[in-house]
Amino acid sequence: MEFSLQKSKTTFLTTFLFHLGDRCLYLLADVGRMGIFLFAVLAGLFKRPFRGRELLKQLHFIGGGSITVVFFTALSSGMVLGLQGVYTLQKFGADGMLGSGVALTLIMELGPILTALMVAGRAGSAICAEIGIMRISEQIDALECMAVDPFRYLITPKFLAAIISVPLLTAMFDVVGIYGGYLAGVKLLGVSSGSFLNGMMSSVTNHEIQLGLIKSFVFAFLLVWISTGRGYFVLQIRGAGFGAESVSKVTTQAVVLSSISVLIFDYLLTAVLL
Amino acid sequence: MLTETEKEQNQTSPAVEFIEVEKYFGDWGQRHKVLHRVSYTVPRGKTTVIAGGSGQGKSVTLKLVLGLLKPDSGQILVDGQDVTRLGRKKLRNLRMKFGVLFQGAALFDSLSVFENIALPLRERTRCTEEEIQEKIAKTLETLELTGHEKKFPAQLSGGMKKRVGLARALQLDPEIVLFDEPTTGLDPVMTQEIYDLFQQTQQRLGYTAIIVSHDIPHVFDLADQIVLLNRGEVDVFANIAQIKDSTKPHIREFAEMTLGSLFKG
Repeated sequence: MEFSLQKSKTTFLTTFLFHLGDRCLYLLADVGRMGIFLFAVLAGLFKRPFRGRELLKQLHFIGGGSITVVFFTALSSGMVLGLQGVYTLQKFGADGMLGSGVALTLIMELGPILTALMVAGRAGSAICAEIGIMRISEQIDALECMAVDPFRYLITPKFLAAIISVPLLTAMFDVVGIYGGYLAGVKLLGVSSGSFLNGMMSSVTNHEIQLGLIKSFVFAFLLVWISTGRGYFVLQIRGAGFGAESVSKVTTQAVVLSSISVLIFDYLLTAVLL
Repeated sequence: MLTETEKEQNQTSPAVEFIEVEKYFGDWGQRHKVLHRVSYTVPRGKTTVIAGGSGQGKSVTLKLVLGLLKPDSGQILVDGQDVTRLGRKKLRNLRMKFGVLFQGAALFDSLSVFENIALPLRERTRCTEEEIQEKIAKTLETLELTGHEKKFPAQLSGGMKKRVGLARALQLDPEIVLFDEPTTGLDPVMTQEIYDLFQQTQQRLGYTAIIVSHDIPHVFDLADQIVLLNRGEVDVFANIAQIKDSTKPHIREFAEMTLGSLFKG
């Protein structure tokens, strides 16, 4: 009886260690794959012929297509910040600080982070699904068989477009958000326009704008890397299944991973750069 | 520059050579053998048909030749170059010798028929737009696709997709053309049409063909060599008669099941 129990414990431990090791090796391989993928994409930036028209198409899709969702997110966030700000600051008789609070929160935090999350949800998922479908229907294999570099042809334009679009969308988010805050605080709740604008201009310096810009570049890089990479490796991702199911699973995974990475890097960048 | 003797040797040497190739799939502890120490050659300018049941490694064989998959051991020589040891750049140059017709044609969904066929010319040659248009117009005429150039793959029938795939595969005048299940999902008339097109283009361009197919025995009519894959092992035959005469039990079983009345006759 004792021997049998001992044996079952050993078997459990062996199985546990086997699965743990297997999982670690898989994660290590996945990180390695994504690293090599990134290297190939960056190398694609220097290969010719450069696909200028495809870059424009992607700028239109990632940047132009995200304007509406980013606009409404920014307007809503700015207005809510204005309302909440007035409600809180009035308790301390400091509603003159509203402009400063709204502008700093939007430029350093909400602008970069919400823009990245919106683009990850709208364009990142679409990019991942497109590349995933191209992979499972052998279109990427077909490119390789024609001796066409799939990174230069397919991935690099999307990468560049995201890195150009996201900071511009973030800038738009900041402007629209601040206007939303102004609308709610000044036009609706009667905070003085002069104190709002004066507070904003005196507190926002180049440093805050640079921090927001650096964040938006890093977030764009992360979300497009994860979205394109998950789609490209759809067949190697464990547990993703096959066919249409695999594409749907990796697309969800891409959005979740992008969002988590953006949130983690937001904290790290704030801690390092503030 | 190659000397005359070297050129002559190139002409007589095999186009593709498998040497002791092994390929496994699956994770540790659950490895599934697909190819086990497989060795055979694909003669230059001829048609080799690779047949076998599902999951026997037919499509894997094509991916190994193209360097899209790496074998676990062994060598795969294409024009004397070992595909398994080539770097990215050399592999890409070697792939210029290939044309591939994929099982589902693998046409780019977002590109029209014209753009699909023009892609290899635009990306891999210095042809002007006029030259490309002229060349594609001829190809479309040969493959009876004139008038469909503006359509997108989703608007095409299965047979038309295969024809567009074939047109794209032949644009760079490849030395070796790989066909992955070229007639799967097609009706008998379309199937015959694809075989006729294959014969016409091979006669005209003289390429080496490797055809992976389930369409037994019809596809054997095209073959100069038949490779049968069975549980990781290969058997090479020159024609159907040799298959029928084989005394190996698994070949007899295969022949009985697939050649049917032809076998009994």
